[in-house]
Amino acid sequence: MANTQSMCTSFMGELLTATHNFGTAPIRAATTADTFKAALYLSSATINAATTVYSSTGEVTGTNYTAGGVTVTNGTAPIATNSSATAGVAYWTPSASFVYTTVTLSTAFDTVLLYNSTQSNKAVSVHTFGSQTITAGTFTLTMPSNTTTTALLRLSTT
Amino acid sequence: MIVTTTKGEMDDSLLEHRTGTVDNDNEATTWTEYWLDGELVHRSVHVTLKKMPIFAGAEAASF
Repeated sequence: MANTQSMCTSFMGELLTATHNFGTAPIRAATTADTFKAALYLSSATINAATTVYSSTGEVTGTNYTAGGVTVTNGTAPIATNSSATAGVAYWTPSASFVYTTVTLSTAFDTVLLYNSTQSNKAVSVHTFGSQTITAGTFTLTMPSNTTTTALLRLSTT
Repeated sequence: MIVTTTKGEMDDSLLEHRTGTVDNDNEATTWTEYWLDGELVHRSVHVTLKKMPIFAGAEAASF
């Protein structure tokens, strides 16, 4: 047997469930999953890695679109899996598409912000796609497959 | 088929139907449009995200 230096894959998975806290906040009383939401942003907006919290600035507006976006369906807990002694990945994907039903969004948009509405709307991730408009129609954003290589959120040692 | 449009519910036989697709490394997208006398009255889009960038490689410190 031999020892191998590595981040522990279980730790990365536990980061996705807020098991570890190296700082002082937040205090988490609930043991249930937080509520996450998905908001759409105009192509002219500035949403990126520096985004820390949901903001209505640059968010789409239009018929039947509610500011803040839609609630994300979270039916599958994060998974952490090893592929070797030095490699592993923790991952999570929403369990249903984001659907904005019968909306009119006349100004082009190309971004969705995933954020945690339970934790003061703190930002999680930004995902872009080809610029779109919607006219009295439905915008559906389907998630990638929930696998080690394609999941929406992945923490990996490699 | 009844289609929701900017003019209200309409039978699609009265409308011109257009569709399109985009397929690249990031997404597979389909869109469908209905036009009435040269005016866009309905547009729906379905974007399927494929593979998102990995966050970062995590590494344990060496001593």
